Amino acid sequence: MKVIKILVLAFGLAFAPVKPAGAAVTLTGAGATFPYPLYSKMFSVYHQKYGVRINYQAIGSGGGIRQLKAKTVDFGASDAYVDDEGLKKFSAPIVHIPIVAGAVVITYNLPGNPKLKFTPDVIADIFLGKITKWNDPRIKAINPDVKLPDMAIVVVHRSDGSGTTFIFSDYLSKVSEEWKEKVGRGKSLNWPVGLGAKGNPGVAGLVKQLPGAIGYVELIYALNNDMPYAMVQNKSGNFIEPSIKSVSLAADIKLPDDMRVSLTNTDAKYGYPIAGFTWILVYKDLADGGLDRGKAKELVRLLWWITHEGQKYAEPLHYAPLSPKARKKAETIIKSITYKGKQLWE
Amino acid sequence: MKTDRIFRAVLYAGGAFVALLVLLAFLSLCHASWLSLKKFGIKFILSREWDPVNEKFGALPFIVGTFMTSIIALIISLPFSISIALLLGVYLREGFIKKVLTYATDLLAGIPSIIYGFWGLFFLVPLVRKLEMKLGVLPYGVGILTASIVLAIMIVPYTSSIAREVISMVPGDIIEAGFSLGATTREIIFGIILPYARSGIFAGILLAFGRAFGETMAVTMVIGNSNCMPKSIFCPANTMASVIANEFTEATKDIHLSSLIYIGLWLFLFTFAINLLGNLVIKKFRVEVKNE
Repeated sequence: MKVIKILVLAFGLAFAPVKPAGAAVTLTGAGATFPYPLYSKMFSVYHQKYGVRINYQAIGSGGGIRQLKAKTVDFGASDAYVDDEGLKKFSAPIVHIPIVAGAVVITYNLPGNPKLKFTPDVIADIFLGKITKWNDPRIKAINPDVKLPDMAIVVVHRSDGSGTTFIFSDYLSKVSEEWKEKVGRGKSLNWPVGLGAKGNPGVAGLVKQLPGAIGYVELIYALNNDMPYAMVQNKSGNFIEPSIKSVSLAADIKLPDDMRVSLTNTDAKYGYPIAGFTWILVYKDLADGGLDRGKAKELVRLLWWITHEGQKYAEPLHYAPLSPKARKKAETIIKSITYKGKQLWE
Repeated sequence: MKTDRIFRAVLYAGGAFVALLVLLAFLSLCHASWLSLKKFGIKFILSREWDPVNEKFGALPFIVGTFMTSIIALIISLPFSISIALLLGVYLREGFIKKVLTYATDLLAGIPSIIYGFWGLFFLVPLVRKLEMKLGVLPYGVGILTASIVLAIMIVPYTSSIAREVISMVPGDIIEAGFSLGATTREIIFGIILPYARSGIFAGILLAFGRAFGETMAVTMVIGNSNCMPKSIFCPANTMASVIANEFTEATKDIHLSSLIYIGLWLFLFTFAINLLGNLVIKKFRVEVKNE
């Protein structure tokens, strides 16, 4: 009997809700995995500063959007914006607030790992399975100084649906008519060739293991794994090294007011062409999302903080902070958020 | 008497609850996959195209991938699991070595599948790649063969522990009768033990097959995740479970999500059919034993 009592007690303790000191608000969010390291940093700092606890589940952009639709979370997060058709499926209007931008880089595994340059048409044809050897004349032509081996190219792509794949295929659809027709853009694709691996770490791991492999990952993963990544020719004809700076530059374009914009293949002269924003999604009128007034106020304050002071945590973690232009747009969007028709930001 | 009735009622309720759960799981799968079921119907399992962008969904490559990996895994694992069962059930009836071996095989069943996945990815994949280079096929390393080997190891304990139990249940007097007639141990095994225990062994095989059929994590990590129709055992492929695991979190379109659940429904139906078929075979074997 004593043992049972102790067990019951232990269980009770383990599952008893821990009440924070003071009547703190807890906000819940779910969505994209790509900005998760940044969000967890930002949210923990925010909690220490303002006592607001933010519970963020990195379940994937699709899941985040679904949960926001079902109103089970206070905010969603996504690496791909919701298209016009998708917006119609929400019971009330939502807004997209850009948080940071990221780059998708092309990484490979070759003897000696030389620095390679790629043109858009070569990238498309490699991933379409039309260029199958590393010493193909077209790769040689743009990399005259590199000794390319007579090796088969093994394409590695994401097997799970992902924002990274969305950005990459969005780019390829813009630079290649054939890609647009045969494959198109999306988070999961019908890949013409190659192996699939789960997550950025999966692709990075498989490329590292397979001699002759080529794949695409978020910049952070290439940096953390010491993997080589290619310079890519942008729309203006310049070969651009992916970096926080060249991603920020890619966003230096005319931005739409709702910020639902793709940063791939932009007109920016020195911008890296395979990049994208990541967004936080909330209902335009937070009462529609089932929030009470107190929570709604805190959420708006959090969004303002993330797009302002919070931005300084982006660069150390290899995310590109918002450009002044993008931040201005974000400010306007945050100010437009209401609660029962009344503006919340003060 | 009263407590007896209550006890019986509790047991019945428990049983009914489990049956109800299975039925409800089936119904909710049907409900959630309705959109895809209506649009593709039976063609879903005959079509080869899986194209989320253009909203065309067919699961044939995944079904083929699932059957190929589980059957190959079963073929690889059988010699090992039956030998272990015979060794433990006939040759080593007690002692230290038997204990160690029993623990070791049972432990295999307790290892989380992600560990098998990592082991496969970092240890097995390079080995298979070397083999593929020798054979002159494209050296991916990942693919159906790699997934099957990982699965084979995972399912050994399922067959072997059940087979071991049934073998040790073979009545001692008929074995002794065999020995008294001058039969060797090998003759006893093939003439008495295996025929006597075969329905039980088959039940173990069935359990192992079911395990391989639905395994997700370890397979996803080493199968190569390609939606193409597998042409050989070295091809990268996908299984039904691995597609669901891969695409579920980011499926934003309704028809995509519904099609993934539709795969789940087929997985449910296939597992059900295999179990049904297996039970028929087990029954048939049992009758024969009685007649002998």
